[in-house]
Amino acid sequence: MDGRPTNSNRWRRFEEWDRRPLRHDLFAAENPEAGFSVFHSPYDPDPAYSVGAGRITAMDGKLEADFDIIDEFIARHHLDPSVVDEAMALDSGAIARMLVDINVPRHELERLARGMTPAKLADVVGKLTALEISFAYAKMRQRKTPANQAHVTNAKDDPLQLAADSATAVALGFAEIETTMRVASNAWANALACTVGASVGEGGALFQCSIEEAEELQIGLAGLATYAETVSVYGTERAFIDGDDTPWSKAFLTAAYASRGIKARCTSGAASELLMGFHESKSLLYLEARCLCLQRAMGVQGTQNGGIDGAPLTASMAGGLRELMAENLIAVWLGLECASGNDTRVSESEIRVGAKITPYLLAGSDLICSGFGSIKKYDNSFNPSLFNGEEIEDYLVLQRDFEVDGGLTPVDEDHVLSLRMRATEALSAVLDELDLAHVGLERITSVVFASGSQETDSFTPGEVTPISEAIKARGLTALDVVRALAVRGYRAEAENLLFMLKQRISGDYLQTSAMIRDGRVVSAINDPNDYAGPATGYHMDAARWREVQGIRDVLTRDGVLASQDMAARAAPWLLPKGDAVTGSDPHEVVIGLSPAFGERMHRTLAGHRLEDVVSALVAGIEEGGGKARLVRIRHTADTSFLGLSAAGLSGSGFGIGIQAKGTTVLHQAGRMPHMNLELFSNAPLASLDHYRALGRNAARHTWGEAPEPVMVPVQGEALGARFHVRVALLYAIETEMTDPAAAPVELALAPDREKTHA
Amino acid sequence: MPDPHMPDLMDIYPVAEKAPEKIRTPTGKPLSALTVEAVLAGEITPQDIAITPEALHLQADVARAAGRHTLVHNFERAADLVNVPQHVILETYELLRPGRAPDARTLLAQADMLRREYGAAHVATMIEEAASVYERRGLFQKRY
Repeated sequence: MDGRPTNSNRWRRFEEWDRRPLRHDLFAAENPEAGFSVFHSPYDPDPAYSVGAGRITAMDGKLEADFDIIDEFIARHHLDPSVVDEAMALDSGAIARMLVDINVPRHELERLARGMTPAKLADVVGKLTALEISFAYAKMRQRKTPANQAHVTNAKDDPLQLAADSATAVALGFAEIETTMRVASNAWANALACTVGASVGEGGALFQCSIEEAEELQIGLAGLATYAETVSVYGTERAFIDGDDTPWSKAFLTAAYASRGIKARCTSGAASELLMGFHESKSLLYLEARCLCLQRAMGVQGTQNGGIDGAPLTASMAGGLRELMAENLIAVWLGLECASGNDTRVSESEIRVGAKITPYLLAGSDLICSGFGSIKKYDNSFNPSLFNGEEIEDYLVLQRDFEVDGGLTPVDEDHVLSLRMRATEALSAVLDELDLAHVGLERITSVVFASGSQETDSFTPGEVTPISEAIKARGLTALDVVRALAVRGYRAEAENLLFMLKQRISGDYLQTSAMIRDGRVVSAINDPNDYAGPATGYHMDAARWREVQGIRDVLTRDGVLASQDMAARAAPWLLPKGDAVTGSDPHEVVIGLSPAFGERMHRTLAGHRLEDVVSALVAGIEEGGGKARLVRIRHTADTSFLGLSAAGLSGSGFGIGIQAKGTTVLHQAGRMPHMNLELFSNAPLASLDHYRALGRNAARHTWGEAPEPVMVPVQGEALGARFHVRVALLYAIETEMTDPAAAPVELALAPDREKTHA
Repeated sequence: MPDPHMPDLMDIYPVAEKAPEKIRTPTGKPLSALTVEAVLAGEITPQDIAITPEALHLQADVARAAGRHTLVHNFERAADLVNVPQHVILETYELLRPGRAPDARTLLAQADMLRREYGAAHVATMIEEAASVYERRGLFQKRY
């Protein structure tokens, strides 16, 4: 009881559940009329089409005269009249099986998709379970090598922090960096800061500044962004128009980006139409299938897809997470690069968050998150991402757990600090060289060590605005930044930035799923996903797998043993006195010490010095009216047999067995080995008082009493996770020292120790 | 999937790496001329940091060889737009947004201008298509 008022008619577990973070999440009932249906709504059309004179004349329940702007664009530019008869005639279940069949190649399915209407695509993927969708996704995704994208923003639009965090994101392995602003007029300063930061270290990350379309194009033109993904599309006509665009305006914009050598992807995701109030009572998946057909029709190379802003709303519905995976599958099936969502915190439950990401980690994705919060939650100007700066290490461990490449690489603490220093200094030099701002060392220092903007004493949003306006007004471009970097001695950064600018001349990174890896453009053209069953598709090479394993604080045997040896006693404190004999004192309690106890091991898992543990046991036995005797058991290190052996030697028939790691048993001669009287199985939790109490109980047993067993309280700690690596390595020392033929040895405490126990 | 008829085009990708001689900046410089030294010497201008219609047509060929036909069309439209000035790009984009153009005629005139002055045939065709659909769907109504 914790003192809270309780309702006596309620199982209190519900109150505990009420207090869990999960209960902040909302869960919505199905209601197709109100737009709340996931895979299928009664208002969805059945898959249908007709062709007349090589032209699509009807599609998904509408004649061409009734086509809305989305139907029209899909019918004219997505559907291939030469494939449509074949594809639409196939049974949806049969196509669904082809998606998970390793013998049906990806390109064959992509060919068929060009003849399938949105309703047909939705019907097919609706037949797959979540597991099958993940598997099909692994097969159908476009680029073989998976990657990830970072959000880099902060609550102050502080350029110094943006530079430091961009450099950090590059070091973490993010292939793309996306920023946005708290204050729209700070866009140019944000773009310049991230551009400089991303040039520190390895470089090579594509960068975008998310802002109003026209402004974004201008920033890109100045070389201060290399890609764009704000080309949003919607699945209903009214939502599209409310978004102030049409498929033609967006297709034009897409071409405009390419004409400037800027990579672009569209954005769409379930429930955006629902949030905008124009859902037409259609299911989320059907509307999304329309968005995705439209994107392929527009000729954009890829999509940011999978809920995005609508992800939490989708996650509120039954089957919602499965739907988000299904729409991503349609995206890659249509041959689009997929930045697969996972960029919005869909839940307050860390378990739901971890579960959400897992299929994507297993299947891989062109960009697993279309924005992993590399910064802290409160600094994310897009809103918290599914994973954030707080949880980066959790993600790194998940990669290692499943032996999968989630696109991220563990960073060395000293290395990342030096990159942050370098990035902020480089940006200060550029701002100074271009006469945009003059930055003092104290600001740099406050940013370099800060985890987030709440800890910095740096630029405020208002101070950034004039810098941003000056960059724009003076027409500064990335070439000015290259020059400034080079002039101020940031040669490597100047080279990295120039390398990125050169990309737009060849346009290699305009192809599907392109990213830069180790100074090379890698895309679906030169790195196509060729998954066709076991031992095909993407596998980490040995070097990459070593990188993924490089998380912090990995225990090695040498390391664990060294930590033990540090505590080694200069002088022995347990002195052997020859073979142990069976005692005769009816109140004697023999303490049977394990082979390594005080020999090679000197502390319990709880951190107690073994001398103190022995003292506590002896003192307890004496307190209880017993007489303690110490014996080294050498033929076994197993707790039960240590205890039973000690009991066998004891005049009272009661003995205590103890391992060096602190696991302790109270045993009685004649009992079955595992039917002990008392056991401290959770050594990490046992205190000296517990050992003392156990000694006392042992002694009271010799007087014929049945004392209350000593309880070591547990609160459900994951003790295996916390200790078993060390347990396994340390216990191996014990077993290594056992000698099945060796007899127990009588021990005495060294004289100077004896005194302390008196 | 690679089209068996055009394997050579797949082989020159990435072009900057496998066939850099096929690429020039808009001012005619080879990729190798873009060095930090050249930037410091003032030899590189923002004009150099841009893609050419030729490079986009080359990428369109690569995309075609890879069977990505809608991407090909996008690259062709992009090639059309390379020499269209930024303000005309933004003006055209604005006209294509719903409720901006008062009638189909305005869009058709823009298409005509792009075709005539910049040879932007693919883009013009797309705008003409928009004009007829906007008419049918009533998108010439002013929104604000």
